[in-house]
Amino acid sequence: MTGPPGTDLLRDLAPRLLGVLVRRGHDFATAEDACQDALLEAHTRWTDELPDDPLAWLVTVASRKVIDAQRSQAARRRREETVALEPGPGCTEHADDTLLLLFLCCHPSLSPASAVALTLRAVGGLTTREIAEAFLVPEATMAQRISRAKRTVAGQRFSSPADIAVVLRVLYLIFNEGYAGRIDLAAEAIRLTRLLVLESDEPEVAGLLALMLLHDARRAARRDETGALVPLDEQDRGRWDEDRIVEGVGILQEALAKGRRGEYQIQAAIAALHDDARSADETDWPQVLSWYDELVELTANPLAALSRAVALGEVDGPLVALRALEALDEPLAGHHRLDAVRAHLLERAGRHDEAAALYRRAASRTTSVAERDHLTKRAARVRSR
Amino acid sequence: MPKYLLLKHYNGGPEPLPGCVPMSEWTPEEVTAHIEFQHDVVRMLTERGEFVDAQGLSPEGAYVRYGGPAAAPVVTDGPFPETKELVAGWFLVDVESQARAHEIAAFASSAPGKDGTPIHEWIEVRQVMSAPAPAE
Repeated sequence: MTGPPGTDLLRDLAPRLLGVLVRRGHDFATAEDACQDALLEAHTRWTDELPDDPLAWLVTVASRKVIDAQRSQAARRRREETVALEPGPGCTEHADDTLLLLFLCCHPSLSPASAVALTLRAVGGLTTREIAEAFLVPEATMAQRISRAKRTVAGQRFSSPADIAVVLRVLYLIFNEGYAGRIDLAAEAIRLTRLLVLESDEPEVAGLLALMLLHDARRAARRDETGALVPLDEQDRGRWDEDRIVEGVGILQEALAKGRRGEYQIQAAIAALHDDARSADETDWPQVLSWYDELVELTANPLAALSRAVALGEVDGPLVALRALEALDEPLAGHHRLDAVRAHLLERAGRHDEAAALYRRAASRTTSVAERDHLTKRAARVRSR
Repeated sequence: MPKYLLLKHYNGGPEPLPGCVPMSEWTPEEVTAHIEFQHDVVRMLTERGEFVDAQGLSPEGAYVRYGGPAAAPVVTDGPFPETKELVAGWFLVDVESQARAHEIAAFASSAPGKDGTPIHEWIEVRQVMSAPAPAE
């Protein structure tokens, strides 16, 4: 990132500043306005050197802005004898201000899309225009979505923090939006999850960060030069980001050592096993399968069971895996991934005509253009055998 | 969030409900009320943070195809036997779910027509294909 000195620092401090203000009892909209004003002032005044304690400096300036805002509001409402509530003195240094802000932005009363937008705006510090571009909607639409979200959480308090699982789900949603537009949402999700890891000992938080890093490590190899998807077993592993893999594995091992496993740690462990193999043939499939067993037991998610069937096919052969798929016909009826996995297993079993038909059906059912193209090519390849 | 295209046709889709009076037989006030309703739909979608685009298409058009090397494009400007299948316009929305897209389509189909009663027009709802998630 480029910019004047302190630009990156300001981006990191912004959510903590907002967290301090909201913790002090200011309503969300007032706090956010004051936060933006203080950041603007820092931007113009921190040109040569930074204050000794940048966060304290920002809190002082922002608190003054809040009081200014309340005074002018109070002046307007004097006849109604409205008294602006001065927040009590609160300490500046709370290690978990970002965490508290995330709890608010991911409040269960918000729809996932609203929580994503508000988190990117209030915690990520992206502009409304940037978020609108990332989701390919007009700026006015995104502005409305964010302002509705703010109104929804306006009266909410931190006293009953939402389940951290909701926060993790929102961060994972942001990660999975990827990097199709000009805004790199995957990188943004990693940055936000890093902030959260600093403030939470929960192993699932570290597990999610590890999962993101271990998937993101393969980014450069996931598309070919034309933009087409490259499946895992055909990726050029020399293009994987070794530093990310090492970091992800380290974070995962620390999380697993705490002895409280969850779905993100398990998925990260599976990703780590793939990242660890120097070629697709060297993948430790029995280990992958046992992690999938645990994931299926924990989540009862049919899509996890579908991925497990792929691992089972590698360990015990395609016929065993095809039998295991029968249990998924009902929960995943009409799902393109069930067709795609069954086609893959039929192809391995040498039943090419059936495989081609199912690849074609999967292609017609997916809502992703890149996936459709990939499945169409698979169908063509198996037909030509 | 998935995007959905809500397509309005010129009398397209399944059999229209009986009692449907074409717009040419409405009073000016009924036409005005109908158009105002379309604006209301856009306002509602914008306010909820779901609006992406809304357009109407002129009914006149042409079919065009490649004519071969060193040949002019082949243009056919009708009339076409399947005129009723022509697209009249659309709403493009960005919503939480298919159920919400259907709800919006049903609302748009309740636009007032003759005597201010809902026109019950069929609206075709199609999901817009997206870039894939990065997970493999």
